[in-house]
Amino acid sequence: MSSKFFTGANFWRAVRQVAFYASLLAIWQLLYKLELWSPYLFPSPHDVWSSLRSNIESGLLWDSTRASIGRLAVGFVLAFVIGMTMGIACATMRWVDETVGSVVVGMQSLPSIAWLPLAVLWFGLSPKAITFVVLMGSVWAIAISARDGVRNIPILQQRAARVFGASRLQTLRYVTLPGMLPSMAQGLKLGWSFSWRSLMAAELLYSAVGLGHLLQVGRDLADMPLVLAVMAVIVAIGLAFDRLLFGPLEGWVRQRWGLAQT
Amino acid sequence: MIGMMSKAETQRPRTTGTASPLLSLQGVSKRFNTSRHDTTAVEAVSLEVNAGEFVCVVGPSGCGKSTLLNIVAGLDRLDAGVAMFDGRPIRGAGADRVVVFQDAALYPWLNVRANVEFGLKIKGVRGKERRIATDRYLDLVNLRAFERAFVHELSGGMKQRVQLARALAVEPRMLLMDEPFAALDAQTRDVLQEELQEIWLRTGATILFVTHNVREAALLADRVIVMTPGPGRIKAEISVPLQRPRDIDTHAVVDFAAEIRRELQHDAYASRASGEGYVI
Repeated sequence: MSSKFFTGANFWRAVRQVAFYASLLAIWQLLYKLELWSPYLFPSPHDVWSSLRSNIESGLLWDSTRASIGRLAVGFVLAFVIGMTMGIACATMRWVDETVGSVVVGMQSLPSIAWLPLAVLWFGLSPKAITFVVLMGSVWAIAISARDGVRNIPILQQRAARVFGASRLQTLRYVTLPGMLPSMAQGLKLGWSFSWRSLMAAELLYSAVGLGHLLQVGRDLADMPLVLAVMAVIVAIGLAFDRLLFGPLEGWVRQRWGLAQT
Repeated sequence: MIGMMSKAETQRPRTTGTASPLLSLQGVSKRFNTSRHDTTAVEAVSLEVNAGEFVCVVGPSGCGKSTLLNIVAGLDRLDAGVAMFDGRPIRGAGADRVVVFQDAALYPWLNVRANVEFGLKIKGVRGKERRIATDRYLDLVNLRAFERAFVHELSGGMKQRVQLARALAVEPRMLLMDEPFAALDAQTRDVLQEELQEIWLRTGATILFVTHNVREAALLADRVIVMTPGPGRIKAEISVPLQRPRDIDTHAVVDFAAEIRRELQHDAYASRASGEGYVI
């Protein structure tokens, strides 16, 4: 394994990536040294790194991250359950698609942050309002891909289940839910990234402990290293979820369905 | 090979002189209504199939043969007539009449073994019993070595063998086959036809087999039902008295196929003359 790594294509890919990011850092450092902008507006990589470290040590960054991810999880799980239910209902019952389906498509075009005023009026200045915005950010995308996922199941696969005498519940469990996975792998990823963006937008606008709020604090204190450190954390969390949660799901789908590696 | 086949012949449980047919269709009609026009897919079709029989329904595309099969499967509801299976009217699908489809009816998220198990799982067969049944039918279609393979890794012929095993595993009273070999290349089709004949001789299954391939019908059937389109009707019913096991390249089968084709073509000329031409 390790010997293969040092000689294989993976090794050279890693080298290229490290070189790329190292040169980005070098350019950043160079621009800082040239003092084109005030250090307050353009801190050095080292300033951002120490801000990141001190905020991790003080626990502030950790608490903010935990609060944000907690809200995200609640909002996303709700969106998943509601979106799946709506999507499957739309795909299986025509009258639901004609009514709820048209609302779903319409709502998808509404930027989720536009729900914040309504959410604040309904739920008051509470984390519930933010969770609501997160839910609204992703539920429509999940519903649409759930509907398409069910519709894309080949008709003969659905008939085969009927032929063996499957009940509606058995068909749902053994055919519909697994059969919609290729579409859901995409849909969940999309829904998750919508949730994440909605969360940051909502936290920026409305103060509660969280990463978005920490960005806002950085702005208020004119603490550019903090702003950049929080942005880096937001990117890192986004990447981590993408790789750890949705990567394996996509890989599984590609393997089972025999889709080409992309 | 010959020796094995004749042994299979002697093992076959023959049903003789049954009181009532397993499947009985009386004056069955089915219309499809679309916004543009109504089509009569099947009109006044009467047909009986006895237990243990291999019946082929032959006809050009659009003659309603697949509709007929779907009615028996309980996938399509009939508009007129009576459809009885095992003495009871057909209401909806059930595992006593399982369909082998032409293509794309296997589940890509399951491996070969899990696909074969699918019907048993729906039926609620569990544990050891399910494992034994699955093993038996995987062996029957010679796919034991591929039980862990995914659907996309299989050839067209292997996929149809998996479908056959999945259908047989629930031990249906009647196997319904809807042009199961039509999408295969000629060589694979020959092999599968031979395998199906052997499996039928061995298991004593009752099979209703829809095809547009007359050679296939002559090879496999005890009885051939010839259907004509516009609207779909039964034009002729031909018994195939040839000895089994049959070989697709023998004169007997080829001659018989020609006889079925003549029945079909005769009608094609007739309908072309009346301005309703179609392609066989």
